[in-house]
Amino acid sequence: MPIRENVIVVGGGLTGSIAALSAAETGASVRLVSYKKSTLRFASGLVDVLGYPNGDGPVSDPFAALSSLPDDHPYSLVGEGAIRDGLSLFDEVTGDGYRGSHTDANALVPTYGGTVKPTARYPTASAAGLASDARSMLVVGFRSLTDFDARLVSDHLEAAGVPFDVRGAELSFPKEYRADAKVTRFAKALDTDEEIRFAGRSVGMREAVAETVKPRLKGAERVGFPSFLGDEHASEVRTDLESQLGAEVFEIPMGPPSFPGLRLEDALFAALDDAGVRISSGNPVVDYEADGDRLQAVYVDRKRTRVPYHADEFVLATGGLVGKGIDSDRSRVREPIFGSYVPHPSDRYDWFDTDAFGDHPFAKFGVVVDDEMRVVGVENSPRFSNLRAAGAVVGGADGAAEKSSSGISLATGVVAGRGAGASI
Amino acid sequence: MSDAETPADTTNPNVAQDDFEPVQVFPEAEEMDLRPGADNCYKCTTCDSACPVAEVDDEFPGPKFQGPEQWRLKRKEDEDIDASVMDCSNCMRCDNACPSSVPLSQMHNTARGEFVDEQMEKLSREYIRNRLLANYRTMAELGSKAPRLTNFVMGLGATKLFNEKVLGVTSEREFPEFAEQTFRGWWNERGGPQVRSEDKRVAYFHGCYSNYNTPEVGKAMVRVFEEFEYEVVVPKQRCSGTPMFANGMLDDAKRAAGINVDTFSGLIADGYDVIASCTSCSMSLKQEYPELFDLEGIEDVSAHTYEAMEYLRIHEDLQGALADSEVAGQTYAYHAPCHARNQGLDRQAVELFRDVDGVEIEDVGPSCSGISGTYGWKSEKYETSMKIGEEMFEHMHHASGNVGMTECPTCSMQMEHGTGYEIRHPLQVLEEALA
Ligand SMILES: Cc1cc2nc3c(=O)[nH]c(=O)nc-3n(C[C@H](O)[C@H](O)[C@H](O)COP(=O)(O)OP(=O)(O)OC[C@H]3O[C@@H](n4cnc5c(N)ncnc54)[C@H](O)[C@@H]3O)c2cc1C
Ligand code: SF4
Ligand code: SF4
Repeated sequence: MPIRENVIVVGGGLTGSIAALSAAETGASVRLVSYKKSTLRFASGLVDVLGYPNGDGPVSDPFAALSSLPDDHPYSLVGEGAIRDGLSLFDEVTGDGYRGSHTDANALVPTYGGTVKPTARYPTASAAGLASDARSMLVVGFRSLTDFDARLVSDHLEAAGVPFDVRGAELSFPKEYRADAKVTRFAKALDTDEEIRFAGRSVGMREAVAETVKPRLKGAERVGFPSFLGDEHASEVRTDLESQLGAEVFEIPMGPPSFPGLRLEDALFAALDDAGVRISSGNPVVDYEADGDRLQAVYVDRKRTRVPYHADEFVLATGGLVGKGIDSDRSRVREPIFGSYVPHPSDRYDWFDTDAFGDHPFAKFGVVVDDEMRVVGVENSPRFSNLRAAGAVVGGADGAAEKSSSGISLATGVVAGRGAGASI
Repeated sequence: MSDAETPADTTNPNVAQDDFEPVQVFPEAEEMDLRPGADNCYKCTTCDSACPVAEVDDEFPGPKFQGPEQWRLKRKEDEDIDASVMDCSNCMRCDNACPSSVPLSQMHNTARGEFVDEQMEKLSREYIRNRLLANYRTMAELGSKAPRLTNFVMGLGATKLFNEKVLGVTSEREFPEFAEQTFRGWWNERGGPQVRSEDKRVAYFHGCYSNYNTPEVGKAMVRVFEEFEYEVVVPKQRCSGTPMFANGMLDDAKRAAGINVDTFSGLIADGYDVIASCTSCSMSLKQEYPELFDLEGIEDVSAHTYEAMEYLRIHEDLQGALADSEVAGQTYAYHAPCHARNQGLDRQAVELFRDVDGVEIEDVGPSCSGISGTYGWKSEKYETSMKIGEEMFEHMHHASGNVGMTECPTCSMQMEHGTGYEIRHPLQVLEEALA
């Protein structure tokens, strides 16, 4: 019999990657099976642990706020140690690509809407932009890039009372691209330092961008760009711009496609490769085979063909409503692969709060797990003895509102992955 | 829509869409209703950022426009299909990228078919050239009757000049050589299957290229499967249709598909599974046929079609069989073709050979090779094709090996063209390892 592993992790987002790495650390053979590209492509690349517990905040120390969380919150189940373990694995994987490990306190990172976000880990590319820093700031945007409005960012930051001077400038990108040019075009041009005609000369794109920004600098000590400063050679692009501008350069995380998210995905996949984790991506898991209370295999749908993947232990890391790990129709909410129990009010109108920004039950929908992340049923007993779940597919937290999504992914991913690996 | 910004997504969570009224978009495609697919698009532009053509060609509006947006435009008023659909290379990367399962390549294929049918001048040089390229098999069949002569003529400067000036086929490329003996010639000479089996049976879809140009790939496939005691049969077949879809020649493709589906579905009834050694061929039988044509037996063929190595991995303990094998030391620079990537097969070669003694294998990264079948043969596309391929060439040069590996015959042409490396098919290495 063919494709067999000790541990199979279903889902290739932050959670699946961390769970697979943790399982591999125990010496188990591990395969990650994932469908589409994960939500990392949309995500900011910021790693939040906890910013707004129970709707309050922002809090400066996420660890101090843990005790205020309800008992069925994933953090309450796994405990502070697991969160720290998750973060240190993350730090190991991302190396000098990320900052924030020097302190327990949340960093305050400006976002493309001009708000300031409390987060535990942030890309090194964003480091010079922290809102706690008093140096004067220029935010630049480019006219052809309609999603990012530099003046709006600076106005919002100012209104938020940041302790520094901030100005915004909308510039023309030195090369004309079509009106709806993709950020990938800008990133690639900077990455390869494309030669262009600029002010009557032939120069590299990086120099041309620096020259465009210079007249607006007016003494600002740091300059924030939308997060498209290169892809493969991102840190080189930043260093080049810094030396030409004589000011620090940083990126402000923005919407999809998100380069910080993509770069994080690359780092995670490189780590998986190094750890010898096998990866099959592009096709969804749709079904399973079980013998009594033990799962034997999951079935991957290869466009009308069902391919079995066998293992001793399984981890479900398929994400929440956005990642499609949880599915809903008009009458019920379900976890589509195993049909695991997802508690929810039977009346659909109770899934939402009437206030758009209220406390929405649907945001907390997810499967129920015990403290080892085993998926349990209505009776609180494990459905399958060898099925664990982690990340956004687990219920009990509104990660987006609490600003805790990535932290939950890391903490529960480590517990589920390690547990699966240790049970072999 | 990033939670970098808003506190929570307060929209209705994935609640099923209201029932929709099917609307006709492309008049000639009677069964095709792509409305639900178009409605699924929430304009996240992930597809655009995955498109290799859009990355290097500023004029190309990208998959989102070609698919859901053009669809909406067409529905509102009787708009023509935008000519830019001919600049799409049919790599199908956008399909794979879309988080919302919008059937982008199906939309592009359909739109391209309509464009060619209704808006393209049938006597134009472009149409004639595309038709010739799309029907490579017909040319190849003629050419392979006298391979040495054809190879000689195709290599002549005068021929290249004619191709370039009159047909618009680039003179930058070397025509692939025709083999002295076709795969089918070899197959018949050896007397067909050497293994007979009641329960392990496969029908080989060799496609055009391994028949006319690289029969060694087909031979490797046969020997490997016979080593695992499969009965291999090689039924009569036509082109898979891939070059025809890419050129909007849907009628040609449908004719070929009809013949292939007819033959292979008959064999499936007798217990055979369908195996292909070219990932565009398996993609075509598996995905494009059922998406585009309503043919008797197509669902069956789709469900029973596999890429060759994939099949062995599912049904045999391939890893075990390779555990003690050893091959003459060789380092490979592996490129996963887009059509392998889209089937989720992009990592299997690296995964498998990583454990074979003597083989070093390095993935040269996720970029597209840029040739996309007939695309890179067109004079006006040559430059785009090479610009897309640049990243792969660069990674190949940086990789420690100087022999390339890939499953796709045209990717292999591009790899050779850009680097001068010899290129092998994983099945050939598998054959060597199992020998
Ligand atoms: C728009 C957006 C912005 C975000 N911003 C932040 C932020 O600022 N800070 C922060 O901390 N976090 C943020 N996050 C959250 C974070 O990026 C992750 O989404 C979160 O950690 C959840 O990760 P996950 O791995 O559990 O789920 P996902 O990232 O959703 O991954 C799920 C994976 O499972 C796969 N999958 C689903 N179903 C199947 C199936 N049937 N078979 C096989 N595979 C399947 C999917 O293809 C995907 O790869 C953001 C998320 C989104 C969507
Ligand atoms: S990736 Fe899919 S949903 Fe996003 S813009 Fe493209 S077609 Fe629309
Ligand atoms: S098939 Fe390839 S070239 Fe065509 S639009 Fe999609 S990604 Fe672009």
